[in-house]
Order: sequence, then C-alpha cells, then structure tokens
Amino acid sequence: MTGTEAARVRGLVKAFGQRRVLDGLDLTVRRGEFTALLGRSGSGKSTLLRVLAGTDRDIEGESVVGGRVSMAFQQPRLLPWRRVWRNISLGLDVDDPRGVAARALAEVRLEERADAWPGTLSGGEAQRVSLARALVREPDLLLLDEPFGALDALTRLAMHGLVTQLWQRHRPAVLLVTHDVDEALALADRVLVLADGRIAAEHPVPAARPRSVTQQAALRTRVLSDLGVSDHEAA
Amino acid sequence: MARWVSPLVLLVVWQVVSGAGWVPARKLPPLTTVWRAAVEVSLNGQLGDGLAVSMRRMLVGFVIGAAVGASLGVFAGLWKWGDASVDPVMQMVRNVPLFGLIPLLILWFGIGELPKLVLIALAAGLPIYVNVHSGIRNADPQLVEATSVLGYSRWQRLWHVVVPGAASYTLVGVRLGVASSWLALVVAETIATDSGIGFMINNARDFLRTDIVIVGLLVYALVGLLMDTAARLIERWVLRWRVS
Repeated sequence: MTGTEAARVRGLVKAFGQRRVLDGLDLTVRRGEFTALLGRSGSGKSTLLRVLAGTDRDIEGESVVGGRVSMAFQQPRLLPWRRVWRNISLGLDVDDPRGVAARALAEVRLEERADAWPGTLSGGEAQRVSLARALVREPDLLLLDEPFGALDALTRLAMHGLVTQLWQRHRPAVLLVTHDVDEALALADRVLVLADGRIAAEHPVPAARPRSVTQQAALRTRVLSDLGVSDHEAA
Repeated sequence: MARWVSPLVLLVVWQVVSGAGWVPARKLPPLTTVWRAAVEVSLNGQLGDGLAVSMRRMLVGFVIGAAVGASLGVFAGLWKWGDASVDPVMQMVRNVPLFGLIPLLILWFGIGELPKLVLIALAAGLPIYVNVHSGIRNADPQLVEATSVLGYSRWQRLWHVVVPGAASYTLVGVRLGVASSWLALVVAETIATDSGIGFMINNARDFLRTDIVIVGLLVYALVGLLMDTAARLIERWVLRWRVS
C-alpha cells in the first residue's frame, strides 16, 4: 500500500453460506478523496463497509486501511443512557473530553445540546451528533453507511451541505454508501457502482462544488443505467 | 380520588359489622381495637423489636441472594462457557417451587436463622439472576458494533454499553426479588421462629389476639409497599435517560 492510499482492497470475497456477496472485489480509496458507493439493496455495500471497519474479519482476500477508521451509520446508534457530550468523547483518550466534545458539537452547530439525553434529539440532530462523534476521532478513512437514509428531504439537504463542509475542513478519505444517485453526485469526487460482488462501474464527478443537480443530468443517466434503471423509469 | 372510595367503604363496613357485634371480635375485631393493639405493641416494644429482626433478616438474605444472583447472571451472560455451566443448573433450581424446599432446608440447616436466610436469598437471587442474564444477553448488537468501530476498549464496551443496557432488566429483577424475598420472609417466619414480626403474629394467635395478628399483617403489607416504592424510585433515577 502506498502513502497516497487510505484503503486498499484486493480480491475480497465474503460469503454467507453459499452466497458470495462480495466476489473478488478490488477497490482503492485515495487519501482525502470523497467516494460514493452505489448499489441496489443486498448488493453488499454495507458488508464492504463492515470489512473496512474491521468488524467483519471472516473474509478471503486482502483489505488494508492505512490509519484510523471511523464510521457513522444509518441509525445514529448513540448510547441512550449517556449524555450527548459523553457520546462524543467516550472511547477517546484525551485530557479534556468535555472541551473536545464541545468543539466537535460546535462544528455541527449543536453546542447547546451537549447535556441533552440522545432520546430528546430530533432525527437530524442525532445524526449530526453521530457525525461529530465520527469526526472527533480524526479518521483517515470515514465510512458513512447511508447516514441520511432515515432523514426527511429537507434535513437531508442541510446534512449534505454540512458533510461537504466538514470534509473540506478535515479532509479524511470518505466512503459513502448510499442508494440515492443524486446524493452521490452532489457529494462525491467519484461514484462507484457495486454489482455482482464487484465494482461494476466507476465515474469521476468533475463538477465544482457547490453543485446543482441539473448540471449533471447526463452523468446521472449513465449511473442510473449502471444500476439497471433506464431513463424513463427514473423520470 | 375515585380510587379511594372503595377502600374507605370497606373500612367503614368492617368497623360497622364488627363494632355492632354482628361478627365476633375474636374473628374480626373492630378497627378501633386493632388501632389500640397497634399502640400497645408499639409501646411495649414488641413491634419495634420484631420489625428490627425481620428487616435484618430480609436485608441480609436479600443482599446475599442479590449479590450471588447478579454475579452468576453476569458470568453466564458474558461468557459462553459460563452460560453452559451455570444456566442449566439455575433453570433447574428455578423450576423447583421455592416453598417446597422448606422441609429440605430444615433438614439441612435446622430451624435457626440459616434456613430462613437461605430461603430469602434464593427468593431474591433467582429473579435477579434471570433478569441480569437476559439483560446482558440482549445487549444491542448495533451499539456493540458501533462502539467497537469507534475504538472503545473491551472494558469501556462492558461499562458503557452492556451494563447500562442490562439495567432495565436488572431493575425488573430487583423488584421481583424484593417482592418474592419479602414473601419468603413471611413464610419463613411462620414456620419456626422465636423473633420477628412472624413471631409476634404466631404468639398472638396462641393467645387469640386477632387484633395483634391483623396489626402484624398490616405491618408486613406496609413495609412491602415501602420497599416496592423505593425500588421504583431507584428505577426512575437509573432510567432517567428514558424519554417519557
């Protein structure tokens, strides 16, 4: 693995019984690069993230991550019995956990909710805490497993802006799993399509940020067709 | 307010039927007599001494039972081989009717304090074991996964994820344990005893003092209620993160 790579996967096979969900997958994620991973339900997107996160080690092939990994999930997965600020700082080895948590919360504009119980947060707020918790670990590779999937459309748009901002400030390599093509095109430098257990297609997204959807209509059509959705179905 | 009406009516009926002599005072003395008996046993020290002995029994038995039950529950909940070795035995013991053990406990431990404490400890320990065990077993796998990706140590995962997750189960076990060990105390004290509230009641029965028997029962009920309330308050504090 070279110094410019944040993660490198070669010949990855992951089988559940007879079913090979990932079947000889190759993937390289460069440092600081924002990659979106698209795929239909059951295509193995989340499985791949779990392998990269190191929670699934029962695999064949090679999967190496250079540096710290951190992750945010579709459900925020906050500890309901710990206050917001402790959710952020727990598991960190720092001198001033309260201060570190406060700064991380300020970045997602939630500093006034530091002492709240997670159960009192709205869905969007909880997801912002989850993001802050992932980023405060200063990851070299940030895994995002459909973190906006459960949010309403408006909150989702606000989160897109926030994630772009945080990524530009901290510059981790990001691997975002989503099944929303527009989300992938709005956020990523590069869009990958996962099908039949491998990366079936790869598209760079050259547009400058901030982006508009209409600007990328042609690319959107191509990605959708990679996913097996024809233009008139998606219209 | 409406919930207070029927108990009050019942008390009035009690006072009227026994005060008017329709029911012999030997069977059911009027409330006023029960009250006088309560004052009597309070002043001559019977009640205070008996209560102190009973509470100490309850406390010692409960603490031992809870400690053993909780430790075994943690042991069987966290480790597969702990589960394999401890759980089958506990399930067997759990299925023996508790009070059916009394003859055996008397044969083993005689009729002193020990069999009483063992009975109370068993009554407290079994529900606590069962609930701690399943609380740990049911730790949210999503939280366990998330915190391991986020770099929690094993110890931090145990302390911040597994233990608090098992807290609501554990508290259910504690409340069941309190209720059932209080019941065990009452039963143990009616068997063979020379001290405690149970002794006061048995003694009163021998002298046909129905009024003192009723006072003893009321004390049992009141203390049981107080302990349940205390358990509820603790529960509310521990689970204060729950959104109502």
